[in-house]
Amino acid sequence: MNFDILINASYLIASVLFIMGLKLLSSPKTARKGNFISALGMFIAVVVTLLSKEIIDYKLILAGLVVGSFIGVYSAKKVAMTSMPEMVALLNGFGGLSSLLVGWSVYVADPSISILSAITIFLSVLIGGVTFTGSMVAWAKLSEKISGRPLLFSGQKFFNFTLLSAMVILGILFSMNPTVSYSSLIGVIAGSLLLGILLVIPIGGADMPVVISLLNSYSGIAACAAGFVIANNILIVSGALVGASGIILTSIMCKAMNRSLTNVLFSGFGSKASGKQQEILGEVKSLTSQDAYHVLEAAKSVLIVPGYGLAVAQAQHIVKEFSELLEKNGTEVKYAIHSVAGRMPGHMNVLLAEAGVSYDLLAETDDVNPIMNTVDVCLVIGANDVVNPAARDDDTSAIYGMPIIEADKAKNVFILKRSMGSGFAGIANPLFFKENSSMIFGDAKKTLQELVAEFKS
Amino acid sequence: MDAQTLLLLSFVLVLSIFVGFELISKVPSTLHTPLMSGSNAISGITLVGALVSTGLGGVTLGTVLGFVAIVFATINVVGGYFVTNRMLEMFKKKEDPK
Repeated sequence: MNFDILINASYLIASVLFIMGLKLLSSPKTARKGNFISALGMFIAVVVTLLSKEIIDYKLILAGLVVGSFIGVYSAKKVAMTSMPEMVALLNGFGGLSSLLVGWSVYVADPSISILSAITIFLSVLIGGVTFTGSMVAWAKLSEKISGRPLLFSGQKFFNFTLLSAMVILGILFSMNPTVSYSSLIGVIAGSLLLGILLVIPIGGADMPVVISLLNSYSGIAACAAGFVIANNILIVSGALVGASGIILTSIMCKAMNRSLTNVLFSGFGSKASGKQQEILGEVKSLTSQDAYHVLEAAKSVLIVPGYGLAVAQAQHIVKEFSELLEKNGTEVKYAIHSVAGRMPGHMNVLLAEAGVSYDLLAETDDVNPIMNTVDVCLVIGANDVVNPAARDDDTSAIYGMPIIEADKAKNVFILKRSMGSGFAGIANPLFFKENSSMIFGDAKKTLQELVAEFKS
Repeated sequence: MDAQTLLLLSFVLVLSIFVGFELISKVPSTLHTPLMSGSNAISGITLVGALVSTGLGGVTLGTVLGFVAIVFATINVVGGYFVTNRMLEMFKKKEDPK
C-alpha cells in the first residue's frame, strides 16, 4: 500500500477527531472526553508523521519530543489556576514561534522554491513572529514582570504602519526571487519579532483578556500558514479551527467591555483620565457581618457576584463553604459571572470550579438580569465595574454602554469591599450609594469567614 | 507549489473556518478558558510540520531550527492538553441529594 495515502488518511481521521473533540466541549459533562479525543487525534497525526519515509534522522526528533513533553507536563501540573492567562499566553507564543521556525527551516533546507511557496513561508514567518513576541509581552504584563500600563509614544501608529509596510515590501522582494533573497527573509523575521512587541505594549493590563484571545487566533492562523508552506491539510484544518475560536472569543470579550477591537488595540485604555461624570447622590451605609447574617439567614434567594478581587483574596473556597451553608438553610444560591470577571474568558468559572462550586450554579449576565428583582440579597464580592449602574444610566460615564449585572435591582445589595476606592477603570460606582445597598468593609475572605461562623453558631 | 495545490488547500481552509465558527459558537462561556487552552494545544499541530522539516536531515541550520520548533510545539501540545484536562476535571456537578 502506498505510504502517502496511509499518512493522508490518518490526517483525515485526526482532523475528524479534532472537530469531534471541539464539539464535545459544548457541555461540561462531555468536555473532558472531548479533550481526550482531540489529544488522540494529535497523537495519531504525530505518530503517522514519524512513520513517513521522508524522515531519516530520528535522534534529534526524539530528543525534541522528550524535552518538550517534559516541560509541557511539568508546567501544566505546576501552574496555579489564577495564573492560567499567563500559561495560555506562553503556549500561544510557543505555537507562533514554531510556525516561524518551520517556515524558516523549510526555506533553509531548500531555497530554490516557487513564488507561491515563498509567499506562504513569508506569511508563516510574519504571523508566527508577531504571535511569538506579542504573546511574550502579554505574558510579561500579566505576570507583572513589566508594568501593565499602556506604553505609548508619539508617532507609534505611524511607526507600526511603516514597519508593517516594510515587511510587506521585503516579503514581495523575497517572493519574487526566493533563491537569492535570504537576507530579505531574515529582515522579515527580525521585523515581525519587533512588530509583535510594538503591537502589544500600547495595550493596558485590563485589556489583556482581549489580547490573549486575539493572539490565540493568531497562533491558529500561523499554524494555517505553516500548513500552506508544507502543503499539509491537517495543519490548515486545525489552524482554521483555532483561528475561528480565537476570533469568537475576542469578539465576546470586546462586547463584554463595550469596546471595538480597534479601540482596544490602539487607544491605550486607562492612559487617559476619564471625563466628568454625573454627580452621585445618596449616602453610603455600612453594615457589620452580624447584621448581614440576619438578612442572609432570612433570604429566600441569594445571588453572588464574584469579581477578580475574590480570587486575589483567595476567597473561592470560603465562598463555596458559605454558599453551601446558605443552601442548607433553604436559600437558593446562584453565581452571576460577568464575561470579564476574571483575567481571561471563562477564568472565574475555572477558579470557582477549582473551589468545588458546581457548574450548574454559575449563570451568565443575560440569565440573571431578568430575574434580578426577585433576588433577596445580591452579594457583590470583589467586583466593581461590572455592577456599576452608571454603565446603564449615565451616558457621560467612561463605561457607558458596557453590559452589566444589574445588582442594583435586587432587593438588597451587600458589597464586600476593602474601602471606597474605585475599580480597575477608576470610575466611581453609584451602586454603593443606592438606598438598597450596604457596604461590608474589610477583607472579603475575613468577612466571609465571619459569616460562615455566624451560620455555624 | 502550483496554483492547483494552492486552490485545493484554500478549499480546505475556507470550509474549516466555517466548521470552526459553527463549533465554537456552541461552547458555553463557562468553558471558555479550557476551550482556549485546548484549542491552543490543537494549534501545536505545527509539530507535524516541524517533524517533517527536521527529519529531512542534511543542512545543519535547518535541522537546528526544526529541532527548536519541535521542542516548542511539543510544549504547546503536551502542556495544552494536560492543563486543559486538569481544568476540566474540576468542573463537577453536584450529585442530586436523595
